[in-house]
Amino acid sequence: MNFDLLLILPETYQLLVIAGLFYMTLAGRRSIDAGRWTAAAAGLGLLVTIASLGGESLMFYGAYKIDGVSQFFKLIIAFGFFIASLNAVRQPTLAEPERPDYFLLLAMSAWGLMLLSSSVELITIYIALEISSYSLYALIPLRAQNRGAAEAAIKYILFGAVATAVSLYGLGFILAGQHTSYIAELAAKPWSFAQAPMAALGLILFLAGFFYKLALFPFHFWCPDVYDGSSNETAAYVATLPKLGAVVILVRLAAMLKPGLEITTALAVLGACSMTFGNLAALAQTDVKRILGFSSVAHAGYVMVGLTAATAKGLSAASFYIFVYVLMNLACFWVLCHLSGDGRNVKLDDLNGLHRRSPALAAILAVAAFSLVGLPPTAGFIGKFFLLTSAWNQGYNWLVIVATLNTAISIYYYLNLVRHAYTEDAAAAPIPMAASPAALAVGLVLAAAVLVVGVLPGPIFNYAAAAGATLLP
Amino acid sequence: MTEAGYPVLTALIFFPLVAALVLFFLRHDGLSRVFTLAASVVEVLLALPLLRSYKLGEAAFQFVENVPWMPDWGLSYHLGVDGISLFMVLLTILILPMCVLCSWTYIKFRAKEFHVCLLFMTSACIGVFCALDFILFYVFWEAMLVPMYLLIAVWGGPRRKYASLKFFLYTLAGSTLLLVAIIAFYKAGGTFDLTELMTRDYPFRFQFWAFLAMALAFAIKVPMFPFHTWLPAAHVEAPSAGSVILASVLIKMGAYGFLRFCMTLTPAAMVYFAPWMIALSIAGILYGGFISLGQSDVKKLIAYSSVAHMGFCTLGIFMFNLRGVEGALMVMLNHGIVTGAMFMMIGAIYERSHSREIADNMGLGKYLPAFIGFWGLFSLSSLGFPGLNSFVGEALVLIGTFGQSWFWGFLAIPGAMLGAAYMLRLLQKMTYGAPASPKGKGWSDLHVREWVYLAPLAILTIYIGLAPGLALKVIDPSVEKLLADMRTRATATSVTAEDQGPKAALAATLDMLLKSDGTNQ
Repeated sequence: MNFDLLLILPETYQLLVIAGLFYMTLAGRRSIDAGRWTAAAAGLGLLVTIASLGGESLMFYGAYKIDGVSQFFKLIIAFGFFIASLNAVRQPTLAEPERPDYFLLLAMSAWGLMLLSSSVELITIYIALEISSYSLYALIPLRAQNRGAAEAAIKYILFGAVATAVSLYGLGFILAGQHTSYIAELAAKPWSFAQAPMAALGLILFLAGFFYKLALFPFHFWCPDVYDGSSNETAAYVATLPKLGAVVILVRLAAMLKPGLEITTALAVLGACSMTFGNLAALAQTDVKRILGFSSVAHAGYVMVGLTAATAKGLSAASFYIFVYVLMNLACFWVLCHLSGDGRNVKLDDLNGLHRRSPALAAILAVAAFSLVGLPPTAGFIGKFFLLTSAWNQGYNWLVIVATLNTAISIYYYLNLVRHAYTEDAAAAPIPMAASPAALAVGLVLAAAVLVVGVLPGPIFNYAAAAGATLLP
Repeated sequence: MTEAGYPVLTALIFFPLVAALVLFFLRHDGLSRVFTLAASVVEVLLALPLLRSYKLGEAAFQFVENVPWMPDWGLSYHLGVDGISLFMVLLTILILPMCVLCSWTYIKFRAKEFHVCLLFMTSACIGVFCALDFILFYVFWEAMLVPMYLLIAVWGGPRRKYASLKFFLYTLAGSTLLLVAIIAFYKAGGTFDLTELMTRDYPFRFQFWAFLAMALAFAIKVPMFPFHTWLPAAHVEAPSAGSVILASVLIKMGAYGFLRFCMTLTPAAMVYFAPWMIALSIAGILYGGFISLGQSDVKKLIAYSSVAHMGFCTLGIFMFNLRGVEGALMVMLNHGIVTGAMFMMIGAIYERSHSREIADNMGLGKYLPAFIGFWGLFSLSSLGFPGLNSFVGEALVLIGTFGQSWFWGFLAIPGAMLGAAYMLRLLQKMTYGAPASPKGKGWSDLHVREWVYLAPLAILTIYIGLAPGLALKVIDPSVEKLLADMRTRATATSVTAEDQGPKAALAATLDMLLKSDGTNQ
């Protein structure tokens, strides 16, 4: 077994962060604020992850793989964790004694996702998935004085437990049918119902666990409720990073998903249902977090477009799109968290007159919303463009057309965010804001990143492209 | 690229963006007006090489710039102008300082943001007319929606929320399928580069669907008859400058799209669908005319008259002969000048009367002679009075139409008569109507500022009306090449498409069109 600590530096570093936070939860001393400490550590972690880009190795008896895919996703996870923890530093609904625990769970979940992006063996994948999920189960109810949060947590656990059970059940079928749990060996086996009925059924069941993470139709029911119930800052994390874990596994498994297979068609159909349902349901919402919840259901569907293409370009497009998704959602949630000074949920009407109260927040929101629509010249457009282009003429043209028609549906509710911010007048007693100049600056950097990635996607896309090429040469 | 020593088109696209960024850091409203005006004058100066170094008689693209953007995906930053786009670029640039001037007192709050939107708008519009890469075109095409939406939604009239939402939903929904068509062309042709895509032949079935997807986006933008309902709403609610850009530049993009993309990429489908498109154009001409007759709101009247004028434009395009397409391009240019000017004048009178109702703006002739002088000039031009610019375009379109088919020609004629009816009715009421609105209210006649932005447009109106030769010299080579290419490729495709689709109708239409084309030139 070749073991090199330098190659697994990001996850080792993250483990050290967790150890540090664990110590803080034990020590009664509160001289250091856990939030600021985590944010600073996460910033350093981002640099560590950047430094470890480009490693190549297979470790732990072939169960753990360092390659382009894993390092690309670890980079996004480190970036997302940095922004999410920075966002969570000022959290009005988090009770003071729980602060170290909160950040411990946050770091633990991100660590699980990092492990997930390197796992290439089904049981390792399963364990990594559980590490990241269990931390989230405990994270969601941490919203002081709020019964909704407890309800959300119970929904999340129940749904999660069922999805995990189904997933484990499927894992059993796969093992029984194909006699191996290594993805590299599984990829060489047949996956059609005719040739391997048990394994094909098992794979679909196994994927259910990831569909649940991704909030893909019909595993999406928890999504708007959990966003709604959990605190704004927690929702910002739950809405972004766990999707990365789901997508990285789907990207790894995509080597088995040849176009025309029943499983691939099932993915395409689920993708189409997911985007259509998500967009239609979002039209009727008035709570901004619920809108974003249904929007993430729709975006899970868009990612399927790239996966069903089953080409290197398709996989890199899907990887790139999930990065863009994380970026624009973090920008959007950044606005919500800083708009809601006392931590309450933001309704559409609370956005009224935002362009007068805080032009910077309004501008960030507008950029993020137009990017979510997929309007050029934002990152959302170029991401969608890569997805659609890679999938055209790969056997699922109808899915591409459904995706574009869905863009047309989704304009309305995203535009609604901008419309409330720019054209409505502020209410007499507007929601109290807590946006410091530093917070605005970070938000503007996020918005600028959305625009820059949209115009010059090259540098980041090349990483995604290299990742795709390693999986499907 | 090197004709002027600097990349002219890139400079034209990016200078307004840079100016907008600088403007963002200015504090004072008055200062932001002066700054934007100065920037727009610089922009006009930057455009001078287009006039000076444009080679007449050449059909190819000029001022070409081509830099790889995402080579793996076939994307490039490819710009260029030819006879079809040159005037639209110039018009966009010329309109900018006038928009700043006509908003000088009209826009009373958040002037800085307003001018930022204007500048963004200008650079996106120039980009649309210059882009020779399909995705680059799409980027500019969509990017233009956001500033326009904000112009209507923030600075618009009382129903601005409704109008801006309708504008945005309509135009964006229409262009989503355009993206699918673009991607399909990439897979069929192997590149997004328009100059290369133009040289390939596509099977008829492919053209059929690609044309439908593109035509939906372009028809909504034009707007052609059943898709026009966003236009009056947007025009009425938009601030003066917004209406001007909408009328002069934005709706021309639809017609430009038909010429640049449909005609070169899907010629056979274009021919196949021509009868339907002609019918819609004539419906638009007549419908726009009749609805204009019944309006009591000046701005609405002009908005519906735009539907009619753009009907002439698309009618000319689908005639597929030199006169028709030439005429369509002249209608685009002249409608931009005249209707732009009329919207500015409506803004000017609105600042005096605070109403756009005809009844509140009557009998101005005695009190505001200079205003009515200009208004009369533009009204007469708009109804197609010989010797003024709009006549040139309409006459050419009608010549083209009659050359093709007497039937279509006679159907379009009432549209021209309706134009005279509604414009003269409006002009008569505004000039002589009683009771005279300005009586005893002390309205001033045109200020120097208003003279400054109306006079150039008036000069152009008369100049193009009397001497359209120069404009036609710019347009003709490109149009001739466009039509020649189209004819050869439409025939080529129809032969290979013999075994599929509605071939009989196609062949018949083609025969009819090509025969009459040959005899009429």
